[in-house]
Amino acid sequence: MDATGERVGDVLVEGERIADVGEDLRGDRELDASGCVIAPGLVDLHVHLREPGMEEAETIDTGARAAALGGFTAIVAMPNTTPPHDDPAVVAAVLGKGARSCCDVQAAGAITKGREGVQLAPMGELHALGVRIFTDDGACVEAAGVMRAALEYAGSLPDAVVAQHAEDPSLAAGGHMHEGDWSSRLGIPGRPAAAEDTIVARDCILAALTGTRVHVLHLSSAGATEQVRAAKARGLPVTAEAAPHHFTLTDEACASFDPAFKVHPPLRTPDDVAAIKAGLADGTIDAIATDHAPHPTEAKERPFEEAPPGMLGLETALALTLDELVTPAVLDLQTALARLSWGPAAIAGLVDHGGPIVAGAVANLCVFDPARRWTVVPESLASRAGNTPYAGRELRGKVRHTVLRGEPVVVDGCATR
Amino acid sequence: MKHLLSVDDLGRDGVDELCELAESFLEVTQRDIPKVPALRGKTVACVFYEDSTRTRLSFETAAKRLSADTMAFSAGTSSVKKGESLRDTVQTIEAMGVDAMVVRHGSAGAPHRIATWVDAAVVNAGDGRHEHPTQALLDAFTLRRHRGPSLDGARVAIVGDVRHSRVARSSTKVFAALGAKVTLVAPPTMLPESLDGWPAGVSCDLDAVLPEVDVVYLLRIQHERQDAMLFPSLREYTTRFGLTVERAARLRDDVLVMHAGPMNRGVEIAPEVAETPRSVITEQVGNGVAVRMAVLYSLLGSGAPVA
Repeated sequence: MDATGERVGDVLVEGERIADVGEDLRGDRELDASGCVIAPGLVDLHVHLREPGMEEAETIDTGARAAALGGFTAIVAMPNTTPPHDDPAVVAAVLGKGARSCCDVQAAGAITKGREGVQLAPMGELHALGVRIFTDDGACVEAAGVMRAALEYAGSLPDAVVAQHAEDPSLAAGGHMHEGDWSSRLGIPGRPAAAEDTIVARDCILAALTGTRVHVLHLSSAGATEQVRAAKARGLPVTAEAAPHHFTLTDEACASFDPAFKVHPPLRTPDDVAAIKAGLADGTIDAIATDHAPHPTEAKERPFEEAPPGMLGLETALALTLDELVTPAVLDLQTALARLSWGPAAIAGLVDHGGPIVAGAVANLCVFDPARRWTVVPESLASRAGNTPYAGRELRGKVRHTVLRGEPVVVDGCATR
Repeated sequence: MKHLLSVDDLGRDGVDELCELAESFLEVTQRDIPKVPALRGKTVACVFYEDSTRTRLSFETAAKRLSADTMAFSAGTSSVKKGESLRDTVQTIEAMGVDAMVVRHGSAGAPHRIATWVDAAVVNAGDGRHEHPTQALLDAFTLRRHRGPSLDGARVAIVGDVRHSRVARSSTKVFAALGAKVTLVAPPTMLPESLDGWPAGVSCDLDAVLPEVDVVYLLRIQHERQDAMLFPSLREYTTRFGLTVERAARLRDDVLVMHAGPMNRGVEIAPEVAETPRSVITEQVGNGVAVRMAVLYSLLGSGAPVA
């Protein structure tokens, strides 16, 4: 199944590329896809690989393996490493390691030096290395003037998009969960949805002013979703992504005080979850992106307010999409794959990814069994960290094979390297 | 009851039972030798990650009057300064052999996390802005001693920075569980962002509320809150929300004044008001020991509590 529709058959791969699609094709080596869906490889616009700087949580190698096991053939590494992606040497090193991993690793570049929101990073030099997505993710570009300058400057770089972690620090700083009924009861300082809504509204206005593409990272609130919907209706160059945890979990989970449920932007209300689902269904939200954010066990063995935000996502995203969106008919399967594959591929300008599955195309494929049930066991995940909020949860839908540029990097649910 | 983490663990019956037990321990604390052997051989560790005078001394005194051994830990002088994690710290303390840990921490839910890591009974002695269950119990105990076991119909105004107050979160629930009608009084910047789950009404007008109350409960105003733009100045706060001599003079004689301490005299409460007979502030402190004896005994004790 790809953007052109659904058909039943075999896919013949020769070298890097698809040689033929049809019935009864034979090859030297055959991967059984009976009962499975063959889709273009999934594309994740939002992954924290932690290398360089926090290799105890994840490396490019382990993160790429987790991605491949989750069906992804391309991932975009966020720039909040130590040092960050604000320097061509760092980005070149990340891309170099990524090229030897079992997933295509793209690097997002920082918008500002040190992700401090003051001076522009060398966006042109980073663009020359292949960077297309610029973001200070983890930090919001707070000053409207800096965001405007970034958008104006990026307008001279072909296919560049400026992606925002939309949470106004002056409203969200010091907060650890969604501000609302639960934060008020639990006494945990809150991060209001208004922090997200106001930045998204402002950035849509700046997209109109500059004409440069704006991408909203991990959209989580009903209000911000409405802002994006309105911007798209006006024809503005705005796209958005949402993370699986924002359409599967709510702020009530924080009542356990377990920092596995701590993330920025935070888990919000059932109304926000409904709005994210509606946004994914009507195309307001273009992509499902995991915001995969590994943390070592000891970092999460702290009180809620002291633990770092973030949760794993790469190995559970597809199953959560199938379970929570496709099975209840929020999305049909093709639309779900659009949000997981060709939608994000288009945003990132990844022409080798996202299909369609036709002769001549690069063979980046995800083969998954939509009926296969499995239980999330943190220790069994390929990610170096274990901070999944879905520990113990039974999910349906599992990747059987992943093919990266013609090479089977996952076969029968196991990574080959 | 394995732990006391939240007043939600208690309910009205649980509060009543602990208050009745505290009544018998209050009698013990008034004896010539204010000590019973109820927890002989047990060890209680006070694990305090935040500064505290009254709560910590109160728990230590309570444990000693029950003949328990006590250990004290404070984050400022410990391996925490060397970067030890919370889990490692509490498991180290437990390895020395403790039966109960009394935990004060600056983050909401820290005692709940600790309870998942240790076998000892955990008592929440204040966690961030979340809860302070034994304060709520001693507040309820103090009111019961003045008004009888039921607070049905009693009208309690809790005045001050409710949003950032663990005392308000616990005491509101306990007062309401005993039948009181609670009104939270503060400027909107100090009221909870949402009242969902708060069994209380709200007002931003202290003068409108005072004629209708039986109890005025004042919360400490932290000076640094001015910087967070919760109120313009201490003077303006006192003018609008302080229990001044003038406001106190308009209260009926039987209206009680409470405060969890430490007081900012001249800010939320006039010094003269704190000294009037209607003030039960010192009594709250004394009752705290008896209530904490009841809590420790109910978690660790067996047999008759009072010889």
